[in-house]
Amino acid sequence: MSMVTQPKSVSAELQDAAAPYVEAFETMAGVSGGDPAWLQARRGAAIARFAEAGFPAARQEEWRFTDLKTLARTPFTLAAPASEAVSSVDEFVLGSERQWVVTFVNGSYVPELSRLDGLPSSVVVGSLREAVVKHSALVEPHLAKYALDEYNPLAALNTGFIRDGAFLHVPRNTVLERQVHFLFLSVPANGTSAPVTHPRNLFVLEPGAQASLVESYAGAGTTGRYWTNPVTEAVVGDNATLDAYRFQREHTDAYHTGTTYSTQGRDSKFSLIVFTFGAGLSRHDIRAVLDGEGADATLDGLSMLRGRQHTDYHTTLEHAQPNCTSWEYFNGVFDDHARGVFNGRIIVRPGAQKTDSKQTNNNLLLSASARADSQPQLEIYADDVKCTHGATLGPIDDEHLFYLQSRGLTKEAARDMLTYGFGSEILNAVKSEQVREDLDRIIHDWLKQVSPMGA
Amino acid sequence: MLEVKDLRGGIEGKEILKGIDLAVKPGEVHAIMGPNGSGKSTFAQVLAGHPGYEVTGGSVHFEGQDLLEMEADERARAGLFMAFQYPVAIRGVTNAYFLQSAVNAQRKNQELEELDTLEFAELLEGKLEMLGWDDRLIHRAVNDGFSGGEKKRNEIIQLAMLEPKLAILDETDSGLDIDAVKAVSEAVNKFRNPERSFILVTHYERILNYVTPDHVHVLAGGKVVMSGDMQLALELEARGYDWITNGAAVA
Repeated sequence: MSMVTQPKSVSAELQDAAAPYVEAFETMAGVSGGDPAWLQARRGAAIARFAEAGFPAARQEEWRFTDLKTLARTPFTLAAPASEAVSSVDEFVLGSERQWVVTFVNGSYVPELSRLDGLPSSVVVGSLREAVVKHSALVEPHLAKYALDEYNPLAALNTGFIRDGAFLHVPRNTVLERQVHFLFLSVPANGTSAPVTHPRNLFVLEPGAQASLVESYAGAGTTGRYWTNPVTEAVVGDNATLDAYRFQREHTDAYHTGTTYSTQGRDSKFSLIVFTFGAGLSRHDIRAVLDGEGADATLDGLSMLRGRQHTDYHTTLEHAQPNCTSWEYFNGVFDDHARGVFNGRIIVRPGAQKTDSKQTNNNLLLSASARADSQPQLEIYADDVKCTHGATLGPIDDEHLFYLQSRGLTKEAARDMLTYGFGSEILNAVKSEQVREDLDRIIHDWLKQVSPMGA
Repeated sequence: MLEVKDLRGGIEGKEILKGIDLAVKPGEVHAIMGPNGSGKSTFAQVLAGHPGYEVTGGSVHFEGQDLLEMEADERARAGLFMAFQYPVAIRGVTNAYFLQSAVNAQRKNQELEELDTLEFAELLEGKLEMLGWDDRLIHRAVNDGFSGGEKKRNEIIQLAMLEPKLAILDETDSGLDIDAVKAVSEAVNKFRNPERSFILVTHYERILNYVTPDHVHVLAGGKVVMSGDMQLALELEARGYDWITNGAAVA
């Protein structure tokens, strides 16, 4: 019996932890009464789901490796606007002339820190909050329609607090000429309460459209505690192509819990490459649904963590229609006591014949105390499919080290080169030159701080 | 240049080298031959400084320095090079990036200015021209998906770029067809000069038809059991190893 009563008390605590958020929701609802009724209804339903579920408990299979108790116990309050704390975004956005930039500070759009010059009038790029008012007809059919938040309390919490975030709408057969960089900066509070933001992003590509975008999350100023809980929905229409990149570079004292949902039409292409370098504890759930015949999805990822950083990827590739292909390749590099979790689920729905799906997860451990867990999950309900998965885990190969050393590289230089090579497997999949340059610089910076060998 | 005296050692507690003596002078080409299990490759690995091998006795001096006191990378920077029998694949690292880093590690050691990408490309182009090879391996990941012949060629490209004082070729000719053996031999001949020495570790005398050695040594049971010149290689071709190894067992 103790097996039943013990977790119950923890779960009761995790459910109670939801109460302050419900209160905050009611306060917010008082001031956002001017929002459209449909949005208020969606928010209300979601907060009710969150109140019922509470924070996820470690005894739930999906949360086995990632314990949110400390997060749940921390009194977070909705982040106040803090745009005055950020004078420039140059250090976060390098490709100034090649990208349109949309900046959010503490969850709110800051036009002064954004650059949208030369944007074609047919395309809508900017703030979701503005889009809800000005382009309601483009937002309403999609917002909160794909996020299956009954399975994900944190996504439900985000929906309850939909206020602002990134919005992109590309009309039919339109090619977006420049990449859009959506930058989310958080400013840690210096007082007692820690700020939380719930950025809500919606990307809609109409049939035949094409776009490339970057979503990046980072801490501004000095490090401190805060929580970022974003949800992104991407709709890729028939024959459309979306290349998306996501950088998570939060302060190491921060929490980051993100969710990405995508749905694809016939013959569409969606590629999402995610990079995790930041946060003390991070979790990212990705659910990509291939809902049109001949659709193709790519999910790639690179994590590089050290210290006591922890990251957890839960990905689902759902093949709902026949003749779709998906490719997933995640590499993780963990130093010191860092830990990585990868859970890759492939679902093939009945009738989704000729599915071709390949999943790979490689983990490089640079210290004896680092840890990585990898779990594939295949759920196949069709008989004519090809699904493969593979995972590797381990330290740097001594024979590789010797080979490089025998050419004159020091042991440290050899280790760094092999680690770089491991990272560049993902780097080489990046089509965007700008993102490749940014990532190359970040990886090299990261390598400068790898702990000494043989320690 | 290289002075090996009574070298003993092995792997995982098993003694494979049982007292090797060898002296190599500048500009000389030495062939080390021997049957399987004679210790040829172990000898090459020990000279290159593979950390998995243990040296239990004897000494090795390279240009007056105690080689056994040096890490593999220090040996390389001092001018020692080993072409691997089985070169490993390094995913995600291009040959160009790898070679540039290796060349610059050498130059840094010699207190020379490091080469930038453009200067490096020029140097590489010159070496490839000298070899008569194209640059199709250069932008691929190091040995990743290379055929056996491509891997061996890649070792020779590294040799050409690093310009070692002493190059050890560990069975570079094994598993190659005759055209590839000729290509590798031509390359060795091109880089042969009065200052640079070679140790060709080989199982087959075939490569010696294209690279004429100054000295031929037969290794058996972890010792040099016979030394001679090209004539010895021809005799091995005619008679095999048995007449020597049987003698060694008795001695």
